[in-house]
Amino acid sequence: MSNWIAQVFAITWMSIRNIPQRLAPSIVAAVGVAGVVLVLVGVLSMREGFRAVLNQSGADDIAIVMRSGSTDEMGSNIDQSQTKIVEDAAGIQRDDKGPVSSPELYVVVDVPMRSVGTSANVPLRGVGPRAAELRQHFRITEGRTFRPGTFEVIVGRGASLQFAGLEVGRQLRWGNTQWQVVGIFDDGGSMAESEIWTDASVLQGAYNRGSSFQSQRVRLSSVDALQSFRDALSKDPRLSMRVLTERRYYEEKSEALVNLVTIAGGSIGVLMGLGAIFGALNTMYSAVSSRTREIATLRALGFGASPVIVSVLAEAMLLAAAGGIVGGVLAYIGFNGIRASTMNGFNQMTFAFAVTPQLLLQGILYALLLGFVGGLLPSLRAARLGITEGLREL
Amino acid sequence: MKYLALLYANLQRKRLRTTLTVASIVVAFLLFGILEAMRFALSGGAQIQGQDRLITINKISIIQNLPAAYENRIRSVPGVKVTNSQNWFGGVYQEDRNQLGTFAVESETFFEATPDLQLTDAEKKAWLADQTGALVGSDVAARFGWKVGQTIPMRSNIFTRPDGSNIWEMKICGIYTIRNGDNTGVYFHYKYFNEGLNSMFGKDHIGMVVLRVADPARSDEIARNVDALFANSTTETKTTTEQAFIQGFANQMGNIGAIITVVVTAVFFTMLLVTANSMAQSIRERTNEIAVMKTLGFSAPTIVSLILCESLLITVIGGGLGLLLANAAVTGVPAGVKQYFPTLAISPQSYLVAALIIVTLGVISAVLPCYQAGRLKIVDALRKA
Repeated sequence: MSNWIAQVFAITWMSIRNIPQRLAPSIVAAVGVAGVVLVLVGVLSMREGFRAVLNQSGADDIAIVMRSGSTDEMGSNIDQSQTKIVEDAAGIQRDDKGPVSSPELYVVVDVPMRSVGTSANVPLRGVGPRAAELRQHFRITEGRTFRPGTFEVIVGRGASLQFAGLEVGRQLRWGNTQWQVVGIFDDGGSMAESEIWTDASVLQGAYNRGSSFQSQRVRLSSVDALQSFRDALSKDPRLSMRVLTERRYYEEKSEALVNLVTIAGGSIGVLMGLGAIFGALNTMYSAVSSRTREIATLRALGFGASPVIVSVLAEAMLLAAAGGIVGGVLAYIGFNGIRASTMNGFNQMTFAFAVTPQLLLQGILYALLLGFVGGLLPSLRAARLGITEGLREL
Repeated sequence: MKYLALLYANLQRKRLRTTLTVASIVVAFLLFGILEAMRFALSGGAQIQGQDRLITINKISIIQNLPAAYENRIRSVPGVKVTNSQNWFGGVYQEDRNQLGTFAVESETFFEATPDLQLTDAEKKAWLADQTGALVGSDVAARFGWKVGQTIPMRSNIFTRPDGSNIWEMKICGIYTIRNGDNTGVYFHYKYFNEGLNSMFGKDHIGMVVLRVADPARSDEIARNVDALFANSTTETKTTTEQAFIQGFANQMGNIGAIITVVVTAVFFTMLLVTANSMAQSIRERTNEIAVMKTLGFSAPTIVSLILCESLLITVIGGGLGLLLANAAVTGVPAGVKQYFPTLAISPQSYLVAALIIVTLGVISAVLPCYQAGRLKIVDALRKA
């Protein structure tokens, strides 16, 4: 056994030292794998970016109430009297200021994107006085919050970075109203950071919404209170509501986007991987054929067939691993932290590409798999080479 | 012609290598085709849409509606041929995730405003005669197995009826197709919508107005005139060409176009390396054969063109196969994928770009081996053996 290991090491070390002689094809194989890992990690880092936003946005102890039949806040409608009934329901956390609840209005405004200049559907949310308490990490990072009853807005950090003219002190004109940006807020990277906020009653006036809202966020007294809260609302004949946790709401809302990116990224990764395997096969076959005489000599000296197989595989996987690391590093440099926005449903969602350690690990494992597959057939051929013919080869 | 046999023999020399090289090019062009189709779909097939169509929406944003009376006022603007109002309905079929592009449209002018919609006269007539009628796209009909004559319970995630229900029954009167277009829409009568609407929603409102102009060259001027009609009113409008409208919408998808470009570039850079490397290898192995050919009187240009042909042959075969596969993949996508990309197709421009890449790839791969072969000194090469 120890002899076998020694043989494996000897041959592998020899073939690795020989790589510089076959530098061009070896680099080609490694670059092929690097390309695959770069693309795979790059595309999937977008999905990780979405996930990060969703994780930050979705709390289990916050419930969203919408009119039944609505799939999102935009299509929902709740009038003021209903919001009061909801606030009296069981399961809501209460403190000295009353129930922790925020009836909200959700519309979309056209704001030009910084990148291309054409306008995008940016969410404008009218919120109640307790809205900030219903977001986990809400804080004002610049300026101040809006004064209730005035045409003032605060802008999420993500929106401020992606869309033009959303800086503190700027004036905005939507319809016949002039709005003033007075602050920038941060919410740990959640969906709220893609939004613009103002006072709900001001927004109702500006958009002729009377006293109606679209959704109501409430803090549940505990994570388990969802069912009793839901039951309380469904028993009340004055209400016809749909209740779900914030986490569930955002998961549903983003399901299509996350699936799309996963499917697209996965299929591109598989197809490119196939291409890289062909490239690696080519390289390894020619590596084997250029070493025919050397391998035959080794076999004649008494080296076994399996160390030869292992050495070819090891070489292929080493090249692939090198490619994988390069691809991963390039993906990290090129994508990690880059902020972007995309359409989620009907409105914009801003996010940052996230090249996570797990993603890098997956990329490198995939590279090793590509190397293994690309090296397997050539290694078997190397082991089957006839010794006498091999020695006769040029 | 007389060199064909030689070319063929050279490709057969290392059949495995030729196959692997061709295979990697096939994969590259398969990816290229699919990604291009995706990019085309994400830009909404903007290139093929009618040039003579404009769209008027509320200036604040597309979700804000317009008074229904606006349509007549827009029609009075000189140069406007026909107007048609369309209302986003928020249609959902069966499950929440099956959200369909459903519009309540003004029926009288609908066909005039959308001439690219292909329907039989009987279908058009049946739809006009039935107030609960709907026209559905062929893709969405295939997805849910809808047949003409069937009544479907369409749900709205926004609008309710006076009794509070959000189910709006619609009878399918026709299944339309738009060549290379979006065949996932559902269109029904604005009258049915407006009259059946719960009073909590404002009646007599429309989402947007589609207008066709007589002279596309005057589009910008007409758009300005339309918006001027409503300037400084409580509801201002924004009119753009349909092309700009769709492009603007596609831009909202964000950097996906840029990401696709990065992917395509990475794929091709890799493939270039693979083919160039295997070409170089196959020429290196043949050094002394080339010397023999030179000795026999083959001129350097002949040898260079032989190498070039060999390289081009590989890229043309690989590229052609790849594009064929891509086309098959794109046309055969299941309905489930089609909902994300209603206009999935490889455009003629993409084929042109692919052809250019095929030739460039072939030429670049041949450059180094050609250079080496052209400079080869017969005596040196023969001695190497």
